[in-house]
Amino acid sequence: MADVQMSSAPSARSQRPSGLRSMLYKSETARGYLLLSPALLVMVVGMLIPFTILIAMSFWTRDGFDFDTTMSMTNYQTAMDVPIYNAFLARSFWISGITTVATVLLCYPMAYYVAFHVHRNKMLWIILMTLPFWTSYLLRVFSWKVILGYEGVINSGLLGLGLIDAPLEFLLYSQTAVIITLAHAWAAFAILPMYVSLEKIDRSLLEAAADLGDGPARRFFRITLPLSIPGVISATFLIFIPTTGDYITPALVGGPNSPMIGNLIQLQFGAVNNWPMGAALSVILTLWIAAVGLVFLFVTRKSQESVV
Amino acid sequence: MSSDGFISIRNVGKSFGSFRAIDSISMDIQQGEFFSLLGASGCGKTTLLRMLAGFETPSQGEIFIDGQPMSDVPPFERPVNMVFQNYAIFPHLNVRDNIAYGLRKQRLPKAKRDAMVDEMLDLVQLAGYGDRKADELSGGQRQRVALARALILKPKVLLLDEPLGALDKQLREQMQLELRRLQRSVGITFVFVTHDQEEALTLSDRIAVMQGGDVLQVDTPNALYEQPRTRDVASFIGTMNFLDGRVLSRVNGHTKLDIDAVGEIDIPTPHPAIVEGDRLSLAIRPEKIVLHRAAPDGPAMQGNLEMTSYLGERSHFHIRVPGCVEPMAVSAQNADLGEIRALEEGAPVWLSWHDDALIVLDGK
Amino acid sequence: MSELSYIKRPNRGLKIYAAAFLTVLYVPILFIPLFSFNDSLYVKFPLSGFTFQWYIELWERSAVWDSLGNSMRVGVAVSIISTILGTLAARAITRSRLPGQNAIVAFVMLPLVIPGIIFGVSLLILLSRLGVSLSLYTVTLGHLVVCLPFAVATLLPRFEGFDKSMEEASADLGENGWFTFWRVTFPLVLPGVIASLLLTFTISFDEFIMAFFLTGTDATLPMFIWTQLRFPQNFPSVLALASIILLVSFLLVFVALWVGRLGLIEPEESQS
Repeated sequence: MADVQMSSAPSARSQRPSGLRSMLYKSETARGYLLLSPALLVMVVGMLIPFTILIAMSFWTRDGFDFDTTMSMTNYQTAMDVPIYNAFLARSFWISGITTVATVLLCYPMAYYVAFHVHRNKMLWIILMTLPFWTSYLLRVFSWKVILGYEGVINSGLLGLGLIDAPLEFLLYSQTAVIITLAHAWAAFAILPMYVSLEKIDRSLLEAAADLGDGPARRFFRITLPLSIPGVISATFLIFIPTTGDYITPALVGGPNSPMIGNLIQLQFGAVNNWPMGAALSVILTLWIAAVGLVFLFVTRKSQESVV
Repeated sequence: MSSDGFISIRNVGKSFGSFRAIDSISMDIQQGEFFSLLGASGCGKTTLLRMLAGFETPSQGEIFIDGQPMSDVPPFERPVNMVFQNYAIFPHLNVRDNIAYGLRKQRLPKAKRDAMVDEMLDLVQLAGYGDRKADELSGGQRQRVALARALILKPKVLLLDEPLGALDKQLREQMQLELRRLQRSVGITFVFVTHDQEEALTLSDRIAVMQGGDVLQVDTPNALYEQPRTRDVASFIGTMNFLDGRVLSRVNGHTKLDIDAVGEIDIPTPHPAIVEGDRLSLAIRPEKIVLHRAAPDGPAMQGNLEMTSYLGERSHFHIRVPGCVEPMAVSAQNADLGEIRALEEGAPVWLSWHDDALIVLDGK
Repeated sequence: MSELSYIKRPNRGLKIYAAAFLTVLYVPILFIPLFSFNDSLYVKFPLSGFTFQWYIELWERSAVWDSLGNSMRVGVAVSIISTILGTLAARAITRSRLPGQNAIVAFVMLPLVIPGIIFGVSLLILLSRLGVSLSLYTVTLGHLVVCLPFAVATLLPRFEGFDKSMEEASADLGENGWFTFWRVTFPLVLPGVIASLLLTFTISFDEFIMAFFLTGTDATLPMFIWTQLRFPQNFPSVLALASIILLVSFLLVFVALWVGRLGLIEPEESQS
């Protein structure tokens, strides 16, 4: 019946828009993909294709100044067998693990303070906390070199005050220096997700807990902390992953005991000039990060399930 | 033919993925009518409205407005305008620019455009508010701006998506009157979505009652209240008591029924379709039941007073009748009650009614 | 104090902690400008005197100006391109029901959680295999990958922040997609666009890791600073340069965050 009516209105049919326009009007989906396509193109050309080639190259081997493009597991074999590679990887995880724990612990009270105790100019506080994160990473690392250096701010200051007789050598060129620098550099990244999940907590829940007899400490451990766990987890995730691959910080303030996997990769593309090995190490790092990421994802999902 | 109504909805259905929002609806809306789509949330009324506006494409069927099929006409070329539920007042524009928004295409001289906007401001009683920003307006004022912004384009149809839902009760009643006045004065067809039955009854020429993607009944407010066709419609609009019974016989335009809690009664035969032996449902409004302390003449039910609510000019009673699952609701003017007013809870009462108060419903 | 509810009572300990936190966050960075005015080749206490010498030295070195020009060019190109692409993507993500949408968003956001070094070396390999010589264009491509997620992340809340019915109302009032975009959508997301332009410019301007692998003969400013770190006699002028960059970055980012968050955070005063 509807068909008959539609064909009986030919005057309307002639007004119909052209094919492409009609398709775009009809299909929100097609329009959506069209709008997304330039961004996707950049990510495919700038990220996906390069990474694919990186994977391919990791199976090649160096042949003088050229590459032997026959597929082989040589690089991965080397990475497994030579203890130094594993040591670098383990050290990376160790350093960024400690950095992550320290950063999250130090930032949580700050996020808590802004979420619960700042009532005016909240926006200003959030900007103040995140501002340094957006400015030059290199310069922020550089500033710690200035502070922790052999003749740096701390040592020369303490010497000047007569508190020490000789510069403290452990300050610069040590793992401690790397951890301090990384924690400082990534603090803003840790605060944001924790702040968001704390801010979301309904204040009436806390009032209900108080009403039911919980004091401040119990309220925190029974209400606030469990509800903010998703934020803590994503903060952990967001710091651990990029710090694992960092190489500027160890290069500038780390000294001989703290080069990380990133420095090793950089060396392969620089002084050592073994690109396939560097590619293989990059793939290994990515796989480890993916594995850690999946674990975090799993834990996050679990914790959200238990909260909701 | 498609020209039955000014707006003609023919076998229109809509699915979102596997969810069927609207089954297959056909109805006609006349020119100049105040037509309401009434139903609980999720009944498909808003989806139907959005298909009229062009924001959703029907999965099947066709909508005709003024004889033209709409399926290939984008929203910005349709002869309809909409008042959104949240009013969608552009926050970056002031009231004047909001109202004049749709006039750009007409390329009017500034003086002419200003005059039209002024006229609209007067119509919706917002003269003097032209330079305010959206966030400086109250809910009622936003609603007027949304109305003016749509009406200035002289649409063939004005669509209103629960426009009074966000207002408090007093303002809502005032705006209802204004909407009605406005619709009369501009003479445009209004299609009005609401979940508030009282609002629909007050405002509409006709109402389509919707449920689960289907239209249950399209009728005038009076007919919907007095002659609901199904149990769903009857219970959706106002309070209703239901009785179940069986047809004993049909003689000379009279039907003899055996009603479960009452016994045998005679009613004028309502439907030619009912046959001896059928089970059927009857409905009766609370205000059509008369209470007695002693058994009256004619058919009556006996029960016990369970609860009394005093509401000033009238009282509501719940009466537990043996054989009925739900207590019977009765509503009466306090001035008419007399001795009933003094009854204690638990006291025995009798319920009676006029023959024409019983409504025979379709289906079981 | 009396106007705050029980749960919101102030906590002195936390307040002190917050002050200390902000101090530790900012003081290390402030040593850079402090020593940039110090009249000594060595960065150490006690300060030996006030001087503009290092700034004057900077002014006279053409390499500084060259790399500044390079960074500006890359930064402007990256911020404009990534903001345009980010705007289109954010609009698509918030306004269309797209199959696989979450996966696409995750894909675009990937650079936020993967160490930059991986992207740097991957792009380096691709470009060298294709025989493309390293230049400011290759740096720009690398920076696009880094900046696009930030552009999308800045613009998404803006698009989410205004109701879809605004655009529907415009269509309903007779405007097609193009005019609806310019008359309604764009004015409403403008703060996000400005924020995105400023943020992505700053990120590109300060970016070092991608630039490290992808720079050809024309160095960007961070690359220039990196090479200068090897020469102790240039250290003070690097401090001076770093001070200027930090100042400009802080100003740009502050404006970007302020404009970008405008209207997104509910002022709490109105709740109480």
